[in-house]
Amino acid sequence: MIRDITIGQYYPSESALHRLDPRVKIIGTLVYVISLFLFRNPAGLLVATLFLGFCIGLSKVPLSFIFKGVRAILVFLLITVVFNLFLVPGEPVLRIWKLTISREGIHTAVFTAIRLIYLIFGSSLMTLTTTPNHLTDGLERLLEPLRIIHVPAHEVAMMMSIALRFIPILLEETDKIMKAQTARGADFESGGLIRKVKGLVPLLVPLFISAFRRASDLALAMEARCYRGGKGRTKMNPLRYTAGDRIAYGVILLYLILLTVALRFT
Amino acid sequence: MSLKLEQLSYSYGDHKVYEIQALKDISLEIRSGEFVGVIGQTGSGKSTLMQMMNALEKPGEGKVFFHGQDVWAADFDRKGLRSKVGLVFQYPEHQLFESDVLSDVCFGPKNLGLSPQEAKKRAKEALALVGVEEACYKMSPFELSGGQRRRVAIAGVLAMEPEFLILDEPTAGLDPKGRDEILGQIALLHRQKGMGVILVSHSMEDVARYVERILVMDQGRLVYDGVPREIFARCEQLAQMGLAAPNVTYILHGLKEKGLQVDTDPVTVEEARDAILRALGREP
Repeated sequence: MIRDITIGQYYPSESALHRLDPRVKIIGTLVYVISLFLFRNPAGLLVATLFLGFCIGLSKVPLSFIFKGVRAILVFLLITVVFNLFLVPGEPVLRIWKLTISREGIHTAVFTAIRLIYLIFGSSLMTLTTTPNHLTDGLERLLEPLRIIHVPAHEVAMMMSIALRFIPILLEETDKIMKAQTARGADFESGGLIRKVKGLVPLLVPLFISAFRRASDLALAMEARCYRGGKGRTKMNPLRYTAGDRIAYGVILLYLILLTVALRFT
Repeated sequence: MSLKLEQLSYSYGDHKVYEIQALKDISLEIRSGEFVGVIGQTGSGKSTLMQMMNALEKPGEGKVFFHGQDVWAADFDRKGLRSKVGLVFQYPEHQLFESDVLSDVCFGPKNLGLSPQEAKKRAKEALALVGVEEACYKMSPFELSGGQRRRVAIAGVLAMEPEFLILDEPTAGLDPKGRDEILGQIALLHRQKGMGVILVSHSMEDVARYVERILVMDQGRLVYDGVPREIFARCEQLAQMGLAAPNVTYILHGLKEKGLQVDTDPVTVEEARDAILRALGREP
């Protein structure tokens, strides 16, 4: 049950998208996410959809994996749609009791929903095709210029990669402790809210202790290997752009140009 | 009166990219009061197999019977089963959560619906069985040493008074003294209370010394099932699975190769000493 969470999950495969430099994917995702909020017309939507479809096709990741990400924000999505539907003022279309749905409301709701879904699709596509290590490598390189203004690029990236690395470990640990307590007769499913919350104590206390223990072990292990932060540290496999990455930047640029053209059709 | 597995298979990971087949077609029966050892390399499916025995994991295929009843039948009381088949996980001290030792051991019996007095009585009995002194009852589990904490965790399962006790690597990370004490107490429980014990272990010496029957797991399959001397006689096949026989077995085989007419069956140090003395023509 716990293994179902897909946010940040990597899908191993050999596709053009998997081979891209992580920097291209981070910048591409960022550009795409921002671009989603630039259009309000069907032509723009068409361009954004085609680009996303093209990337998904290229990634060889099964659609079911990409759709899974949306499940996590389903409630949020529904609330957003409902609020937009009823609260955007404009030409009334339907009136239910004191609530009115306007034409503008429908338009905004549909576009917001699509934007949110595409946003999740786009960012899941990035994490599904990039290993967490690559992702943080890319981020570190991208943040490097900011060192001049004292942004600790390496430390931020290191913290991120450790945090990402700990997610599966803690999930596994949760699973294990849950089983161990179930073996001692604990019940995590039945009972009312108060009983359920109380029932979490035998799970959360060992989990917190274990998280602290692991963190302290890791810190010790890093120190034992003379880790002293990013200063003067080199990489075994530094990131280098290849011809494919340049083409990818070209494709992103092409997408932006097409989107600008599409914005003129209203 | 037994725990029976029939053609059990299990795989985890919901998609074929991640799917790993942990157990393949396993059938076995463990009778009440048996002392069984389970050996196998890391990832051979031992831990998963143990979780099948008290219905913590549901098998993909096959059935699990406890005293002849299908444990996955709709009306079967699985919570009750978990108290009858007590499972002590690897590093069980990591599951302690209460503010003092006694309350933690009471957790299991309380979950069975026993009154606080009855739970306390059982907890005290269980703590006495594993050799934790009364002075420790009101201490926080984190004030204890690693070995003591592990005993407290084992007591937490024993307090439910199981008919079968499954221990997954109960001696991992303990010093030799702590290891011998814990295993000695478990063997005592087995003898005095007739409790069925299933011991998962990496240490061939431990297994050879205490168990009556060995199950050998390799890549999700049950490859051997027999008494220790039968199993350890196959030291070459065991080596292929990344396992070893106890050290004395190798010594005896070595002696025989050098020309000493010694019996190579013994699996414990004491038996080996006697065999060597006999081969030398002296009284053991």
